[in-house]
Amino acid sequence: MKRNPALALGLLLVGAVIVLSLAAAAIAPYAAAEQHIADRLQGPSPRHLLGTDQYGRDLLTRTLFGGRPALVLGLGAVALGLALGVPVGLASGYAGGRTDEAVMRVVDAFLSFPALLLALLIVTALGATTGHALLAIGVANAPGIARIVRSQTLAVKHEEFVLAARAQGDSHGYVMLGEILPNLLPPIVIEATIRVGFAILAGASLSFLGLGVQPPQADWGLMIREARQYIFLSSWPLLCPGAALAITIVGFNLFGDGLRDWLAARA
Amino acid sequence: MARYVVGRGLSIALVLVLISIIVFAATHVLPGSAATLILGEYATPESLRALEQELGLDRPLAVQYLAWVGGVVTGDWGYSLAMKQPVTAIVGLRLRNSAALAALTLVAVILVAIPLGTVAAVRQGRWLDLAILTGSYLGISVPEFVSGMLLILVLAGPSLHWFPTGDYAPLAAGLRAWLSHLVLPVLALTLVLVAHVVRQTRSGLIEVLRSPYVRTARLKGATERRIVLRHALRNGLLPAVTVIALDLGYLMGGIVVVEEVFAYPGMGRLILYAIQNRDVPLLQVSILIVAATYTVANFGADMLYAWLDPRIRYR
Repeated sequence: MKRNPALALGLLLVGAVIVLSLAAAAIAPYAAAEQHIADRLQGPSPRHLLGTDQYGRDLLTRTLFGGRPALVLGLGAVALGLALGVPVGLASGYAGGRTDEAVMRVVDAFLSFPALLLALLIVTALGATTGHALLAIGVANAPGIARIVRSQTLAVKHEEFVLAARAQGDSHGYVMLGEILPNLLPPIVIEATIRVGFAILAGASLSFLGLGVQPPQADWGLMIREARQYIFLSSWPLLCPGAALAITIVGFNLFGDGLRDWLAARA
Repeated sequence: MARYVVGRGLSIALVLVLISIIVFAATHVLPGSAATLILGEYATPESLRALEQELGLDRPLAVQYLAWVGGVVTGDWGYSLAMKQPVTAIVGLRLRNSAALAALTLVAVILVAIPLGTVAAVRQGRWLDLAILTGSYLGISVPEFVSGMLLILVLAGPSLHWFPTGDYAPLAAGLRAWLSHLVLPVLALTLVLVAHVVRQTRSGLIEVLRSPYVRTARLKGATERRIVLRHALRNGLLPAVTVIALDLGYLMGGIVVVEEVFAYPGMGRLILYAIQNRDVPLLQVSILIVAATYTVANFGADMLYAWLDPRIRYR
């Protein structure tokens, strides 16, 4: 831990964001949607420690609650990306030959589609909701994950323990799931952690564009979208969710980089 | 080299076809057919069916797809339902605006990131390196809509009104006006991308600086300056070229967000407009253009990479 400040700081930031988001209802001074019309667009005061937004809603409260959709989107989208990408990459790499060639061409086509555009396209087709944003970002993450899992599978599949398992008559399914997959876990975990930060960023971008979390929910991207009109009246509605987003993304990036170095040092 | 170019070219062509299928399929499941959009919600079923027939919407999907692709290839890009004009007439200006934004961003990224990454690598582990690394970490982690709005707040506010808050000026209005509208969007995009390229340049260069041939150059008495600039940078920049190519995809997404923040009329805002107005013909073509640009740019980056590193084209 001492040798790896990135991992320690990343764990601390990610842990803090998760705890604060989970405990939002208990520690927030107000209810998420509570309006104080007389106190609109104010700076910090004893009553509103981080000021208020255009409806007089408490920004500390909304920033705390805003962590929930960010985490749900980030973690959920990466989980979905793994659920889609790992089987495809594993099976394609294991099968090899023409199957692999064909699958990877399709994966390349999706990869050469700018990720945010692919997500935009999916959300447009399905309608703008939090769930669809999660689905869109998950699908946009899947091809990248499939590529990495495939290349790792190729690296492992000619190892002796795989040949031995085949020789003693284990089925292809068992060899993939029981022999190869466990060996791929470290790179998959690193890849997933690093992707969470980007998935949170993508989710916030969709909400900022009006295509993710919908009002009146508290969400960082959406809060920044709403802050736009009033930016010269008060900067707090921009600064609070903006700082929360940056801290969360820094946290996941540090955590992922730290984890990679830690696993590399152990190997 | 010729064989490599042809091989990559063919696979790019295949990818372009797959992309057009993805775009067509995704836009085709959009709720509400084009006929409903044109005639409004209260149209009679008979008139809807008649118009669908006229537009060819009752044909099998594969036929519709082929007709659409055929049109795109021959320059018939369809008719925008929301803007009530041909898509070809709409796209030109936005494409030029986005191209200006992307080109200036790339130039700025290369001019800033490669020197910074080089300095960080040469001063590895010292405070200057740490400062550059910390800065690049922040650059990656602050979304461009946040940094964009901070830039507006500080540099375009009532107190320091150095730049306009948004919109654009045509080049005909003078270079100064044109540039002043581009400075903030370019800065917002540059912050993120510089961070990526700095990290890549730094790690690429550090690896090369440890290699035997650099040691040979040192032993032979070459100055440190000459070693870095003449020997190491040439090979150390290869990973940076890759990351710049990868960042093109990020740039295409970033352009959508940044154009929205600065109300800059480019392809990104056009795509958002088409989405908001459920304008399928406009959406299809504008997304296809951006995705195709990215694919072709990637092809260009591959060629550049192969030219810089002969090992790749002989693989």
